[in-house]
Amino acid sequence: MSRSSTVRNVAWLWFIATVAVLIVGFRQAIFLVPTEETMGNLQRIFYYHLPHAILGLIFPYVNVAASLAFLYWRRRDPLKALTADALAAASAEVTVLFVSIGLFSGMLWAKPAWGIWWAWDARLTTFLLLWLLYVSYLLVRRFSPAGQTGTLSAVLSVFAAIDVPIVYMSIQWWRTQHPAPVFGPNGGGVDARLLPAVFWNLAGWAMWGIFVMLFRFALERRRQLAEQEAALQAIEASLETPQ
Amino acid sequence: MKYLSHIFNHLRKDLRLEWRSRDAINGMLFFALLVVVVFALAFDPTGFPTTTRQISGGILWVALLFASVTALNQSWTRELRNQVLEAHRMAPAPASALFLGKAIANLLFVLVVEAVLTPIFIIFFNLQVLGNAWLFALILPLGTWAIVVNGTFFAALGLRARNRELLLPLILLPVSLPALLMMVQASTGVLTGELDSIQIRTWITQLAGYDIIYTTVCILLFETVLNAE
Repeated sequence: MSRSSTVRNVAWLWFIATVAVLIVGFRQAIFLVPTEETMGNLQRIFYYHLPHAILGLIFPYVNVAASLAFLYWRRRDPLKALTADALAAASAEVTVLFVSIGLFSGMLWAKPAWGIWWAWDARLTTFLLLWLLYVSYLLVRRFSPAGQTGTLSAVLSVFAAIDVPIVYMSIQWWRTQHPAPVFGPNGGGVDARLLPAVFWNLAGWAMWGIFVMLFRFALERRRQLAEQEAALQAIEASLETPQ
Repeated sequence: MKYLSHIFNHLRKDLRLEWRSRDAINGMLFFALLVVVVFALAFDPTGFPTTTRQISGGILWVALLFASVTALNQSWTRELRNQVLEAHRMAPAPASALFLGKAIANLLFVLVVEAVLTPIFIIFFNLQVLGNAWLFALILPLGTWAIVVNGTFFAALGLRARNRELLLPLILLPVSLPALLMMVQASTGVLTGELDSIQIRTWITQLAGYDIIYTTVCILLFETVLNAE
């Protein structure tokens, strides 16, 4: 089966559009948007940090949905299940990417702005736990025996989905008992004059995330199809040998 | 009723096997003891009783967590010999009965380790419980079940994986994090007496809620994991 040229053209167009949006967002964030009063130019990392943090919370949902679809189709329609598994793998990797960047950029921002690298409040701890859960998901995918990868990682994905809200609530309760520094702007929303930078960067990084995820998905599908071809050839070869 | 008798049979099998070799309990006990000794070297328990009380809760659960992980893997590897696992798969009894039997057996083993470990803890750290010590009769089983139920499930999940021993703590620790917070906070609250009874009760209730949620999820998904091939 051949990748149609329409898909390839759409992919190229999307990529060029993504780069264009990211360039506009960069210009907005660094040059056009007014400087924030308390933190000065340091605050501009926020336009990089916020999209990654938000998107790091959205891609896990794609992974959970794909994992549930895999578990549903596993016995009913194995080919659809394979596609769901490929999407789960791709979205998990993109999740780890975005959450890592969110954590790292947050720490870089926090130290000069608030004097501490890290705080164990509900939001940050849940974010770190999300990273730990999805890294363990990728490890399960790597270490699992062939043929079981989809099922085992889908089950872990369900556990991860249940764990994240529980962690958030338990640490929230812990922090109402023992208040600790809370990171990030906890006041009202963002000033209206800063919004263009936020929106352009959010859109740009979302488009980038979708592009990378679908690229990885296509790679995984190709690998699966190559595997199926090889298996089919092996079966046919074994049928030809005289019994 | 048949379901309960299945669980009981699996439980009896595991208890009998363990009684004959006593590998897991001995290993766990010695490991937990070593952790206690190492932590005692890290700070001075006698000189700083307040600090000791504040961190003993955490040390206890860290010691138990790591001790349990060493025993959980080998509780499933005994099912790999003589193709026993295939026999379990083919048996008409529900797979979750196997899971619960094994989880309860592991719970009993870790509780035995705790029973031995607690007086040693008190002796080595000169612990004086400032709160209501009877609450530990509630915190210890609930906390242990939280570790054991997920641990048994993930040990089964990684049974055929390469690097099986490494995989279990990597999957188990992130998922158990909220439960660890709850049991450590409840234990520390009782030890230091700083939390009032409503707060401790809330932690215990949260822990019970965690146990119920994850027991249900494990029971529902065990069949999938057992028949993953």
